[in-house]
Amino acid sequence: MSKLELKNLYDDFRDSKTIKSFAKKINEDATKIDRNINIMEVCGGHTHTIMKYGILQLLPENINFIHGPGCPVCIMPKERIDHAYILAQQPDVILVTLGDMIKVPGSHGSLQNARSEGADVRFVYSPLDVLKIAKDNPSKKVIFYAIGFETTTPMSAVLLEKVIKQGIKNVFFHINHVRVPEPMRVLMDDKDCQINAFLGPSHVSAITGSKIYEEFPLTYHTPVVVSGFEPVDVMQSIYMILRQFITGRCEVENEYGRAVTREGNVSAQRLVEKYFDRKDSFRWRGIGDIPKSSLKLRDEYAKYDAEIIYADILPDKKIDDHKLCICGEILKGKAKPMDCKVFGNACKPSSPLGSCMVSSEGACAAYYKYGNIR
Amino acid sequence: MNKTVTLAMGNGGEENNQLIKKVFYKAFKNDILEKSEDAAILELNQKNIAMSTDSFTVSPIFFPGSDIGKLSICGTCNDLAMMGAKPKYLTVSFVIEEGFLMDDLEKIAKSMEKELEINSTLVVSGDTKVMPKGTVDKIIINTTGIGEVLQNDISSNAISKDDVILVSRDIGSHGAAIFASREGIELESELKSDCTSLFPVVKALLDEGLKITALRDATRGGVSAVLNEWAKQSNVCIEAYEEKIPVSDEVKGICEILGFEPTALANEGTFLIAVNKSKIEQTIKILKRFNKNCSYIADITDKYIGKVVLHNSWGTKRFLESPTGELLPRIC
Repeated sequence: MSKLELKNLYDDFRDSKTIKSFAKKINEDATKIDRNINIMEVCGGHTHTIMKYGILQLLPENINFIHGPGCPVCIMPKERIDHAYILAQQPDVILVTLGDMIKVPGSHGSLQNARSEGADVRFVYSPLDVLKIAKDNPSKKVIFYAIGFETTTPMSAVLLEKVIKQGIKNVFFHINHVRVPEPMRVLMDDKDCQINAFLGPSHVSAITGSKIYEEFPLTYHTPVVVSGFEPVDVMQSIYMILRQFITGRCEVENEYGRAVTREGNVSAQRLVEKYFDRKDSFRWRGIGDIPKSSLKLRDEYAKYDAEIIYADILPDKKIDDHKLCICGEILKGKAKPMDCKVFGNACKPSSPLGSCMVSSEGACAAYYKYGNIR
Repeated sequence: MNKTVTLAMGNGGEENNQLIKKVFYKAFKNDILEKSEDAAILELNQKNIAMSTDSFTVSPIFFPGSDIGKLSICGTCNDLAMMGAKPKYLTVSFVIEEGFLMDDLEKIAKSMEKELEINSTLVVSGDTKVMPKGTVDKIIINTTGIGEVLQNDISSNAISKDDVILVSRDIGSHGAAIFASREGIELESELKSDCTSLFPVVKALLDEGLKITALRDATRGGVSAVLNEWAKQSNVCIEAYEEKIPVSDEVKGICEILGFEPTALANEGTFLIAVNKSKIEQTIKILKRFNKNCSYIADITDKYIGKVVLHNSWGTKRFLESPTGELLPRIC
């Protein structure tokens, strides 16, 4: 067998012949369906793929995309971003987080601003690097500001396990891990819901397995196709969705078989179960409170929970977005970025008003960056 | 604007341009500065002289393929070469942190010496400051250079529909190599920075009598920053073809892992050149002598003035924007 190279993981999935032939099949099939099909891509990674690779330009008019709430940075309410800012401002604290979180503005500013004002803010690629930061800075409290859906939660669990096993005393957690199925349910329950099918997340599903979507065909009669992140994946998944409509099926299908199984990564799930519990409620930016949609550390690990330790200085008052910002409507799939009055003028990636413009996975940032050429 | 300076304001992209415009252009406004070229062109005794300055800070200071010393000579000499000038004389200033290893300093000086030779350039004046430990991160080097202009009128403001754009080699290897060796990422890779003096290739182009419209090395902000600057400065639409932009497998791989675009990564020895359509073959022939990966990557139109459009091989297109903010690895 020849050696597997990194490029084997993407070259064929960006093959122009394959993409064109799927485009042809989709356009043929779409004429057999006498209605509009609105597909929600739940995950921001897919929004990015759709815009970056110009997928919309290949689709017939009756196939639309509704951009879903699956960007971990976009769904963070301002008051929780303020937590990060306030924690970072504590003189004995090193605040560590993942990539894009550094740029999101809260009501006092972003972590980038906090850093330029003297706070020690660092980003890591792997949460396990927190261990090294903690060991190198024994006199500091290192707070890991954990964000992300089911994809990144196991990494936080592994970090906590290592902290406990190695007896490290100066690592704490501010947990903002959220789950995919609950907001999907909220969107489907909305009386104005326009969603006819879901494109299921790639990496979330690698952890959870495709089984978490089985309620959607059953309860809501809405098909789900779990899709990879490459353009061929997305085109093939759209084709699979259309085939379901044409042949009268409604089920969960898995296009991303090279990474996703029905059961998912069971050992990662066990680890998450061991250290995390469901929080009563989490306020999703733009969507509102969704019960049991996020995680917190289990009670027995409360001494690692920065939200409990610093409860006195962390505000819990709800802070809404700028009046003109319609991130909420966009996250619900009720509006497109272009419908927003401030899009591209008052709100740009270099000076975002709303969170959808901040993260590279946000719908507004993707539209701004790649242009909606159709 | 922010109350404090953020790292994003030094990224070579949009925030950087805003800072320069709002603070520095306001204070230093003059016709030469406002041309916003890689190097200023000064007329002295009816002779054109190019002048440019740059400060160098990089972490780590020794990185695969190069080091801060070589970088500090290449950087300024390349800015001069990009205006069609032969680098002549340089000044060097060192700001060094107390406790810096003498061996490292000698290594840096050695690598500067070697690069000066390649450019046949002299350091004619210098300055050294040592700062208390913790007040500067290891070492900062500033170089300023002047050069003799060999071809006049090379300008980022002069590109028209008669021109095409070529790139001198595969892109992004400096940015990718630095990221891969950065603390906290530490990917194992064979990748080396492209850090090189560009005067020899510019000289070859000029020696063959090639009339160059514009030249720019794609440093911070990468190829996408240069294309966007050119589209705006020359008031044209640049239509680039993704599959023609050369990217090595290693750079592509690192971009896939970290979620970057190769066109946003910094280069230190890669440049873009705009020449008349009729000169594509001649230009490629000369560039090939220096790097076989050179490529014709873009046409000029008036479709979306001031914008860069990127076409892919399956017939769709998108805008290619200047990078904004710090380059941060993706979350998941």
